Amino acid sequence: MGWIGRFWGSSIGKKAVMAVTGVILFGFLIGHMIGNLLVFGGPEKLNSYAMSIQNSAVLLWGVRGLLLVSVVLHIIAMIALTRQNRAARPVKYEHPSTVRATLYAKTMRLSGLLLLAYIIYHLLHFTLGKLHPNFIEGDAYHNMIEGFKQVPVSIGYIVAMICVGLHLRHGVWSLFQSVGLNHPRINKFREVFAALFAAILVLGNISMPVAVMAGWLK
Amino acid sequence: MELNARIPSGPIQSKWDKHRFEMKLVNPANKRRYNIIVVGSGLAGASAAASLAELGYNVQCFCYQDSPRRAHSIAAQGGINAAKNYQNDGDSVWRLFYDTVKGGDFRAREANVYRLAQVSVNIIDQCVAQGVPFAREYGGLLANRSFGGAQVSRTFYARGQTGQQLLLGAYQALERQIALGKVTMFPRTEMLDVVVVNGQARGIVVRDMVSGRISSVAADAVVLGTGGYGNVFYLSTNAKGCNVTAAWRAHKRGALFANPCYTQIHPTCIPVAGEHQSKLTLMSESLRNDGRVWVPKRAGDTRRPDQIPEDERDYYLERKYPSFGNLVPRDVASRNAKQVCDEGRGVGRGGLGVYLDFADAIKRLGKNAVAERYGNLFQMYERITGEDGYTVPMRIYPAIHYAMGGIWVDYNLMTTVPGLYCIGEANFSDHGANRLGASALMQGLGDGYFVLPYTIGDYLATAKLEKIGTDHAEFARSEAEANTLTRKLLAVKGKRTVDSFHRELGKLLWDKCGMARNEAGLKEALARIPTLRDEYWKNVTVPGSGEELNQELEKAGRVADFLEFGELLVTDALHRTESCGGHFREESQTPEGEAARKDDEFSYAAAWEWKGAGTAPALNKEPLTFEHVKPAQRSYK
Amino acid sequence: MKITLNVWRQKGASDVGRLATYEVPDVSPDSSFLEMLDVLNQRLIEKGEEPIAFDHDCREGICGMCGFMINGVAHGPEAATTVCQLHMRKFKDGDALTLEPWRSRAFPVLKDLVVNRSAFDRIVQAGGFISVATGNAPDGNAIPIPKRTADLAMDAAACIGCGACVASCPNGAAMLFVSAFVSKLNLLPQGQSEKKERVRRMVEQMEKEGFGSCTNYEECEAVCPKEIGTHFIARLNRDFLGSAITGPGQTSSASGGAG
Repeated sequence: MGWIGRFWGSSIGKKAVMAVTGVILFGFLIGHMIGNLLVFGGPEKLNSYAMSIQNSAVLLWGVRGLLLVSVVLHIIAMIALTRQNRAARPVKYEHPSTVRATLYAKTMRLSGLLLLAYIIYHLLHFTLGKLHPNFIEGDAYHNMIEGFKQVPVSIGYIVAMICVGLHLRHGVWSLFQSVGLNHPRINKFREVFAALFAAILVLGNISMPVAVMAGWLK
Repeated sequence: MELNARIPSGPIQSKWDKHRFEMKLVNPANKRRYNIIVVGSGLAGASAAASLAELGYNVQCFCYQDSPRRAHSIAAQGGINAAKNYQNDGDSVWRLFYDTVKGGDFRAREANVYRLAQVSVNIIDQCVAQGVPFAREYGGLLANRSFGGAQVSRTFYARGQTGQQLLLGAYQALERQIALGKVTMFPRTEMLDVVVVNGQARGIVVRDMVSGRISSVAADAVVLGTGGYGNVFYLSTNAKGCNVTAAWRAHKRGALFANPCYTQIHPTCIPVAGEHQSKLTLMSESLRNDGRVWVPKRAGDTRRPDQIPEDERDYYLERKYPSFGNLVPRDVASRNAKQVCDEGRGVGRGGLGVYLDFADAIKRLGKNAVAERYGNLFQMYERITGEDGYTVPMRIYPAIHYAMGGIWVDYNLMTTVPGLYCIGEANFSDHGANRLGASALMQGLGDGYFVLPYTIGDYLATAKLEKIGTDHAEFARSEAEANTLTRKLLAVKGKRTVDSFHRELGKLLWDKCGMARNEAGLKEALARIPTLRDEYWKNVTVPGSGEELNQELEKAGRVADFLEFGELLVTDALHRTESCGGHFREESQTPEGEAARKDDEFSYAAAWEWKGAGTAPALNKEPLTFEHVKPAQRSYK
Repeated sequence: MKITLNVWRQKGASDVGRLATYEVPDVSPDSSFLEMLDVLNQRLIEKGEEPIAFDHDCREGICGMCGFMINGVAHGPEAATTVCQLHMRKFKDGDALTLEPWRSRAFPVLKDLVVNRSAFDRIVQAGGFISVATGNAPDGNAIPIPKRTADLAMDAAACIGCGACVASCPNGAAMLFVSAFVSKLNLLPQGQSEKKERVRRMVEQMEKEGFGSCTNYEECEAVCPKEIGTHFIARLNRDFLGSAITGPGQTSSASGGAG
């Protein structure tokens, strides 16, 4: 068994994979949100930002490839670990209970699954325009405003962002532990970092549908 | 029977060296041809099993717990003594030897004690190398504390969990040998008999406590490291499972049992709370370093402690023993607690308790300093009693803690059955009539790491050992006897539970053969034990069957042995009309009420020989000579 | 006080178990939880019924033999306390309590509340030791160990191996136990030579035994009677990842090394 086999063969290795891919996805989410927030700067800004990405095939496909690999690895590791964990307790407790486990931690799989469904929808909606009522290739600003004008869609996005928040609140905090970063001094930072960025991502992202529905963005 | 202690000749300092040279060695290539059984996996058993396996022997190790790591050595709190003299306070092998012989009230074998003091220094080194996280000073060197009235700081410790850490060290060494295939471990297995063939111990009969299967194992030598018999008193600081069965059944196969009346009573235990009480919990006696022991001056004073003014309190230890005060040895502290309670001055429910008050220490050092030293003990006390020891004085009462008596062994730790060895608390050898604090761990590890591995080799190299397997008739016979006993216990189907008998026996022994003993009481106990035993075999009820995990059946076998052993304990206590160490005979006191030894009459180890059921045991005496530590009356005034 | 108990009763390892209800109408608040069960058992025996089997030994919270779930919480509601040290005054008159054995594939139930925890021993066999044969040791003070290091090692070494961490973990992971055992040895200078092999082998054995993985619920830390911290799990992760990536390949041989 080579070192990769040893690494992947253990739950600790798989957790490290989830942590590292989680960092990549988390980084992407931050970048993605900052880019989209350009919508508040008007059509010019957002569209030129979108075009600059579209025009660089290396950047576009490099990032897409990295994200795809990350998502796939994240999911494969999750499935393997979940199966391991299910098998580890074949007989369940008649009276289950937890003492400290947080809501975020307990809903990781659920929030993750919802996110996966959301990502697929999101790609069909804004990237491929398949589920979009009035999709104009290359006009990101228009697509976003028109997309969010449908109230149920916007609400769906808001719900999805809350899932992102829950997922990241535990995931970002947890990934430090998974790669072995735990020290009283780091731990304060971990808590704040995870809570802060989860909140920023949720608020930043829902600001867009909210702004559209409220009529601030037209 | 002729008792030969096989003490090597020559000056005491070189006896062990000389003996090690004179003992025959087993050829390294031959060691793997020998099988050794080790029963018990505490400090003594685990260290012996690991060390023997390291030498190359094939070892089979047995314990009744689910893992060898759980043996009751784990509960020792205070520490382990070693004559390292790291503190430069004048300690030496000689001083540790001297203190141990004196502390044992001149009833231990000098040569053994000297050897124990010698190997004590190696024990610390070995444990450190194994990764035992002993307490350390800021400079990174080992910390020491003084303990149990010693005048030097020679006790090494790991918080309040020294026993646990030392046992884990030995356990790790044992697990390493298990992984290497040199030790086969049998957890949840209890020993029911020793198989003796042609006068040699050649195996044991065991019961698998999960399947209930009784089977036997053959070997070239058998080592018992099965701990003490304190649970004969029902309430003790021992683990619930501690028992005398292995030792007792070995005794019935010819191993003499020495000094069973030497039982140590620990002064700082949490008092009994009610009928439901199943065991007693000890708090480290280091508490006496800063706590002051007192009771009300007036009998029957039921006021709350904070309402009893200073001049109506009797700090009886400080009053009677001005130079040692609250730090008098265990037996003295315990006996005085009993005395004040007998006078009706005891505190708490049932009047069986004395105060251990930290008010002065808190005033002097501050609560934080007290908490830093004893925080975990205050926590433990709070958990059990629901009281806060910082604001209300703790209540303490003595409890049975340790058995100095045990299977008689010679200098080589071999019993009177050739090939049968006994180590640790289970044997009688090193503590005389009273054990000093922090010496039990030292003896267990000393025996297991540094004494037995040498001496057993001498036996294997010199004894004539025929090839014998479990198909030998003796094995079948012993197995059949064990099976019969089990069936008998199950077949009584009476009305009383095993525990009710155990409680009754324990109470009888505690009342008549506890902290203070007298002829009338002992005779009464001797009359009542056989009656109780008869009732047991007519009226005990053991549910379930023998072919399953049956905890009541396990207890039933052990209590059957306690009911026999208790009689021997009382017999020994009755015959020894002197007071010494843990054995206080009311008839033998100094005018001040202290224990008075009778060296002319009783300077011997009393080794009892089983003569069959219903026949009185025979007394054999091993005379004890003191060439180096002159017997003197202990005085802590 | 009156307590109603729903206790898992299972005759043997291969039998089907179920919850059975018992009432104890006269529990002394000063008794420990196990003493309350003793009282119930005595009554069951007197009635000719089978007593409830449960593991216990020292009854002072150090041997690690006792433990079961009380209303889904390992060792019951009181923090930092084994079930043998848990006292009935912590409960209310009329409480109904469900007692179940540790549930883990690696800890098969033997009877009632008794489980087989030898998986822990096998993990230790895989590398939970320092290979030093008796007689091999240098002087105890030959290697100074900073007090902080020794204290931290002692924090980890306080583990009693009871299995509450596994039982309480929603994933049935043994990470707290393994991390404490690895850490106490890997922290000390004496443990350095075998550090990388030790962690790798012990983690591999842990996986082989069928324990789950850590997803940082921290339930283990919350129920640990010795308050072992999950920071040891981070340390284990660190040591393991380091060992998996840069550590030695196959273990040399049985003669030395960690094994």
